Amino acid sequence: MNENKKFWELKDSVVLLRILIGWHFLYEGIIKIYNPDWTSFGYLASAQGPLKPVFTALTGEAFIGWVDGLNMAALIVVGITLILGIFEKKGAFIGIGLLALYYLAHPSFPWLTQVNVEGSYWFVNKNLIELAACLVIYQMPTGNYFGLGRILNRNKST
Amino acid sequence: MIKGLGSLPILGGIWWAGAANSLMTSQKRSEILEQLNIEPILPSAVPSIGGDPIRVGIIGFGIRGEQLCRALGFATKEWLESMKKAAEENPKHSALKDFMAQDALNVKLVGVCDVFDVRAQNVVDSFTTPDNLVVRYRTYQEMIRSGKVDAVIIATPDHWHAPMAIEALENGVHAYVEKPMTHTVEETYRLREAAQKSKAKLMVGHQHRQTLSFKTAQDVVKKGTLGHVSIIQTNTNRNDDNGAWNYDIHEKASEQTIDWQQFLGTAPQIPFNKNHFFRWRKWWAYGSGLSGDLLSHDYDRLNCVMNMGIPESISTSGGIYTHRDGRNVPDVLQVNMEFPEFSLGSSQTPDKEKGMTFIYSATLGNGFNRPTYLMGHDGTMELGNRLTIWPDGQSTKYREMINEGKMRPSTPIFQYDPGANLPDAISSATSQYFADKGLMWTYIDGMRVDSTFLHLREWLSVIKNGGVLSCGIKEGFEEAITSHMAGLSWKLGRKIEWDASQEILKPIEGVDFDAVLLDSPEV
Repeated sequence: MNENKKFWELKDSVVLLRILIGWHFLYEGIIKIYNPDWTSFGYLASAQGPLKPVFTALTGEAFIGWVDGLNMAALIVVGITLILGIFEKKGAFIGIGLLALYYLAHPSFPWLTQVNVEGSYWFVNKNLIELAACLVIYQMPTGNYFGLGRILNRNKST
Repeated sequence: MIKGLGSLPILGGIWWAGAANSLMTSQKRSEILEQLNIEPILPSAVPSIGGDPIRVGIIGFGIRGEQLCRALGFATKEWLESMKKAAEENPKHSALKDFMAQDALNVKLVGVCDVFDVRAQNVVDSFTTPDNLVVRYRTYQEMIRSGKVDAVIIATPDHWHAPMAIEALENGVHAYVEKPMTHTVEETYRLREAAQKSKAKLMVGHQHRQTLSFKTAQDVVKKGTLGHVSIIQTNTNRNDDNGAWNYDIHEKASEQTIDWQQFLGTAPQIPFNKNHFFRWRKWWAYGSGLSGDLLSHDYDRLNCVMNMGIPESISTSGGIYTHRDGRNVPDVLQVNMEFPEFSLGSSQTPDKEKGMTFIYSATLGNGFNRPTYLMGHDGTMELGNRLTIWPDGQSTKYREMINEGKMRPSTPIFQYDPGANLPDAISSATSQYFADKGLMWTYIDGMRVDSTFLHLREWLSVIKNGGVLSCGIKEGFEEAITSHMAGLSWKLGRKIEWDASQEILKPIEGVDFDAVLLDSPEV
């Protein structure tokens, strides 16, 4: 171990970021799993922007059940991996994918009417920022420093 | 080790918080819903219209007549083309799609009667097929007595409603008549008598009786969800030419193409006037302004939900304040209808609560949407195509749940939105006005269905199979009398009272009510 460790280093900040993002994803997933009435129908049906037809198609009866199930599963997987610090690269990758879909379904383009948003955005919104943060997590795994990875990969890392 | 396992408790904590929150919310919800016990009502299945097609004649192919024909399944070529274009420009514009998805009714459109040649010819040209020639009749009597029509749809100016409906009923021809059912008080009684004597079926055109949210609202009210309702507030807010009845004047309109004398009928004999012909709703001679045109709808919407009947008295005020264009019907109107004996039950001590005021407030100079509210001791309901119910902070019925924090006065305890998540493309301010009121369409199994179609279908089904009409002569009588009372009160500037035991307007010395109603002064 590094004897000259500073009190708070970059990797500590990345761990914090990783846990906060995991927290966010996990809570979103859990809330949905325990609410039998939840569906992504409204979000998809009101989709805007260039990929609107794709999202609208997903609201079809044949798909919507799968879309809802996959969304919940993905949210929880990202949440668990990022919080626990295990398979976090895979988790961050899925997170990037999810956030990209959320962004594209309701992009903050100035020529689109913004629906159900709580702030003011011009191209950049919180989904896009969280996506960029997931890129950092992906490039800088910290599970071996703080997380289950530390225990599971002990043999490898030493 | 802490750095290895430290995140496990975080995971557990979040999981627990999410699950607990979700479960608590849904438990609260189900507790509230259990207490409310409101049943969203599905449309009753109508027995099918079997056998030979019903032969229908249309009297009046103006704006409403054309809509009624579409609801029957007959759209003109021009309309189909313009809707096709609209859908190409805006994929959300679903009028054409909705029309194509409409079930076919077992009817034949066999005749038309319209005093404007262009419109009559349009019906003949649009709907004549190789095996069905649409005949134009010069007068409604000719059509009704031809023996070639089983049923007529009356979509004329108000002053023709009763004479035509009576003629049809006396000749055993079924009639669907637009609102207001009549133009004078006296006609209302005569039409009721004709309907009671005739085997033919009379339906009054209050299509919102088919709207699902209204059927659910009946259940809400019946179960005492709102407690004693002391005030109802309904409104008309429009701010466009169409909404103010300044309809387009057809370029081919002339004395040669319009049978002016037949249009006038018993109305004051004045020279040919295109403005009066196309914008007849603006004069008492042919129409009845806000009281007959729009109050009638709002009154019947509530009469359908609450079944409160004719008010004991009505006081109206208002004036011509937004469209001083020669019209003589008011464009701003406030109608207070009193029901001192009306009660839906109470959650408080017996006899503490009784009676209700129904306020109708209208302006044609502002388009802000003021919703319809039913305000009770225990809750408030917003009534439209959607329903929303809020508990009242001082409710007796919900006191416990409010004290326990299970209900909050600012949070709805019930919402009913049969069309949730369906994108709507609404073309004009006036159609938005009607849509909000549940007057244009309803949703069945997530499909948008024209409520006029459902209303006509019910009428046709009862013609074939018997049964009770949801807006027959009783409902029409109540709507017409109430509208006339409101109009009379405005014209006389005094309270008009209804004597329920004798079923007459309480006489006022020296006043001939029908003469007052028909008075159509130059402004």
